[in-house]
Amino acid sequence: MARVVVDVMLKPEILDPQGKAVQGALPRLGFEGISDVRQGKRFELEVDGELTDQRLAEVREIAEKLLSNPVIEDFTVHLGAGHADGTGA
Amino acid sequence: MKVGVVTFPGSLDDVDARRAVVLAGHEAVALWHGDHDLRGVDAVILPGGFSYGDYLRCGAISRFSPVMTEVVAAAERGMPVLGICNGFQVLCESHLLPGALIRNNHQKFVCRDQRLRVENNKTAWTSSYDEGAEITVVLKNGEGSYVADEATLDLLEGEGRVVVRYLDVNPNGSLRDIAGISNERGNVVGLMPHPEHAVEDLCGPGTDGLGFFASLLAPVG
Repeated sequence: MARVVVDVMLKPEILDPQGKAVQGALPRLGFEGISDVRQGKRFELEVDGELTDQRLAEVREIAEKLLSNPVIEDFTVHLGAGHADGTGA
Repeated sequence: MKVGVVTFPGSLDDVDARRAVVLAGHEAVALWHGDHDLRGVDAVILPGGFSYGDYLRCGAISRFSPVMTEVVAAAERGMPVLGICNGFQVLCESHLLPGALIRNNHQKFVCRDQRLRVENNKTAWTSSYDEGAEITVVLKNGEGSYVADEATLDLLEGEGRVVVRYLDVNPNGSLRDIAGISNERGNVVGLMPHPEHAVEDLCGPGTDGLGFFASLLAPVG
């Protein structure tokens, strides 16, 4: 079992009203000096069996087809820390 | 004509869409998201609402429902398909239309009577309007800001595929005030405003929306 993480972010040129709202709240809470906030999504996929190159390629396909919309979003795929069964960090 | 209206889990405006279809003189056929069958309809409407709870992205999960396989195939054969609001989002996620709908730039849900200009009356869904007709229909959305890259926007404008444009106010930050677009062939149209809520004088801002449904009978071009 392996954990694969897919991070999805709006492309830099796409307006992120949610991130803007979060950024706008920061000075009200007394936090200064944060010039921008972008909000994204993180998916943690528990992959059964050995994580082969083919399985990783499948995860990329999942990310491209369903988890992200390539028109407005970019994604990155990386191995997650720890294991789904709770072992590891 | 037999006009199918798809109900997804979370669709809200399927009943209003069927009502508009009947008022325009057609037979309305209820279609279910889990069906692999379009029941012999001549056209399909994807209604407004919050299909699959807007989980992941609006329309992203609906796109993979069994009925959408049939809708996409029929659309590619030339069947008229209209996506309203959430239906527009489904059409974009299905790649039947270019671009995407993102959260309103002002972060709030908007609900208003919206003036629009019909820029293209040569589509299957707008042929009963005069070119340049100014109409008022209901607009209600939280994620209705139309975005696409500059090249796509230029292509849409150049080919006359901006079907309706916002007048007076841009209610959600849509690029170039775009309220609705069509595919190249003009049989697939998606728009954010709700013509099905403007088909009777009793409620809503009038009957300006009826033309979308009446257009199915009118000769195109």
